[in-house]
Amino acid sequence: MTEQTTPSKMPSRLERFRDSDLWWSFKSHKSAVGAAIVLGLVILTAFMAPLLSPQNPYDLAALELWNAELPPIWMEGGQMPFLLGTDVQGRDILSGILYGTRISIIIGIASVAVSLFVGIGLGLMAGYYGGWIDNVLMRIGDVLLSIPIVLVAILVSSVAQQFLPPAFREAGVAAVLVLAIAMYSWVQYARVVRAQTMVERRKEYVMASRLVGTPARRLMINHILPNTLTPIFVAATLNFGLAILIEATLSFLGVGMPPNQPSLGTLIRVGNQYLFSGSWWIVLFPSVQLCILVVAVNMLGDWLRDALNPKLR
Amino acid sequence: MNDLAPALSVNHVTKTFDVSAPWLNRVIERRPKLFVEAVSDISFTVQKGTCFSIVGESGCGKSTVARLITGLYKTTSGDISFGAGTAGAPIRMQMIFQDPHSSLNPRWRVGDIIAEPIREMKLRDSEKETLERVRELLETVGLGADDALKYPHEFSGGQRQRISIARALASEPELLVCDEPTSALDVSVQAQILNLMRRLQDELGLTYLFISHDLSVVRHMSDHIAVMYLGRIVEQAAVEELFTAPKHPYSKLLLATIPDIANPKRRVEAQAGEPPSPLNPPSGCAFHPRCPIAMAECSQILPKLRQLDENGQVACHAVESS
Ligand SMILES: Nc1ncnc2c1ncn2[C@@H]1O[C@H](COP(=O)(O)OP(=O)(O)O)[C@@H](O)[C@H]1O
Ligand code: SF4
Ligand SMILES: [Mg+2]
Repeated sequence: MTEQTTPSKMPSRLERFRDSDLWWSFKSHKSAVGAAIVLGLVILTAFMAPLLSPQNPYDLAALELWNAELPPIWMEGGQMPFLLGTDVQGRDILSGILYGTRISIIIGIASVAVSLFVGIGLGLMAGYYGGWIDNVLMRIGDVLLSIPIVLVAILVSSVAQQFLPPAFREAGVAAVLVLAIAMYSWVQYARVVRAQTMVERRKEYVMASRLVGTPARRLMINHILPNTLTPIFVAATLNFGLAILIEATLSFLGVGMPPNQPSLGTLIRVGNQYLFSGSWWIVLFPSVQLCILVVAVNMLGDWLRDALNPKLR
Repeated sequence: MNDLAPALSVNHVTKTFDVSAPWLNRVIERRPKLFVEAVSDISFTVQKGTCFSIVGESGCGKSTVARLITGLYKTTSGDISFGAGTAGAPIRMQMIFQDPHSSLNPRWRVGDIIAEPIREMKLRDSEKETLERVRELLETVGLGADDALKYPHEFSGGQRQRISIARALASEPELLVCDEPTSALDVSVQAQILNLMRRLQDELGLTYLFISHDLSVVRHMSDHIAVMYLGRIVEQAAVEELFTAPKHPYSKLLLATIPDIANPKRRVEAQAGEPPSPLNPPSGCAFHPRCPIAMAECSQILPKLRQLDENGQVACHAVESS
């Protein structure tokens, strides 16, 4: 009987995944495959930034002012190793983009993780207990969604700037960004989980488990949660793209990442100022990268939603 | 059948559901609160080792009775008490559900589904013993030991119902509440499951509360039958009594609609009328709009459930006056 727990007798997870409808659907959707490859490249290069980039854009000592505002390599005046040119401080644009993408992705992932945690937890409770708990949680969600997120972020980050010691300011700003985005996006997860939980908790398998005395917390986590994961998965993918965009917006407005730890949004904001002085590459390339990243994530999310939808019922 | 100790007694139990619209809608639309009386003033006793069946049309409150007894719903009034089980402890109870598709968690392996009661109630000391017990249970219900690794969707309806039975047995119950365990199955599979349940009753000395909308299913299982109509018990009798000499017009109607094996075309014209809505029950005897022998008083006065002989009870004005 102990072999029951060893996976040798059953197909491995990978094998089952290869057999699944999802994998077949993925393979037959060229746009999904393309988006996945592009996204994979963007993420890979972002996390290998220290290895790939010719320059450490955070190291102010490495910047040489006579390299400032160099155009891309294929234009007259372009210089190696600055493939996409440099900004006004002589910072390599390509290096800035790679590091900036990494920050954008980390903030995106962190805010999705935080909002998933909060949204799933509160959604399960609202759906499972119903009644006033449900009412209170969902009305809080409604209120949060009706507050403009930019206002909240400006408010919170300016307060944080006041009270945080300078050493923690950058980490503090990143945390504030993550929390501001999460505060806004947990509501969506909570709604999805709540709706599914209200369906699941009436099903007989939940009653059967209640009859053997399973406590509510374990009922929610072991029984109900796995049956809500499919729609959450879709929502999380689409929200990852949204989180990166919100972060870029906030950074563009100056309440996000500071110029010495730039995200893609910060790069765009800084570069924006030089657009009309002719140095268009400072703003164009980070913008293109942001577009590629978000479009790839959204294409994957759209495909996932369509691929998983018939099974949701 | 042997000792006449009650395993379960239900005394004047009523269950009302609040089906009102949300508070805000009610206030705006000036609608009153809305209640459904799904179960009204029900009493019965189940003797140890016997099978007590409840029959009635869909929507008459059978599942609600089952869920009240197992404690999934709280009673609005009345009380439910249990006899002593082995060694004086309260009798252990489990339930088998109607829908084999929603009664097993689709994300769990069958082995984990059956092991859940053992793990939750800590009935075995080690994981090894738990798995051993799971295998034993799978074999008891006619499945194989390696089925433990599969997921519910890999099984047919009948096999899933076997898994449900194995899960119910895992907690070593003495009383099994079966809410239409076969009504989602094909006729041929129904017979297999019913035979399995009979065999288990004999082998394990189980007491059954068996719920069905189909009298023919109940006949071979039960010792005693209660007929429910719109939340009330209208007749209660020993099986043979009910099948040979039904008293209540509704019991007669149910019996007449059982397909006749010798003469299957005779599926009877008797299914006169639709069951009324429990939201808006008829006055007096709830059966009077469909009753072929309804009298004037039937739409006015609710007939009480009366003891006829030591085993039979019926609630009907016509039977009283005869
Ligand atoms: N949880 C509930 N909330 C509101 N009404 C319910 C609930 N459960 C059952 N009812 C109502 O009670 C009545 C009896 O239902 P049920 O016990 O499921 O009947 P049966 O099992 O005999 O088909 C039905 O009218 C149903 O709508
Ligand atoms: S009480 Fe009247 S209406 Fe009801 S079953 Fe008896 S005869 Fe029919
Ligand atoms: Mg039912």
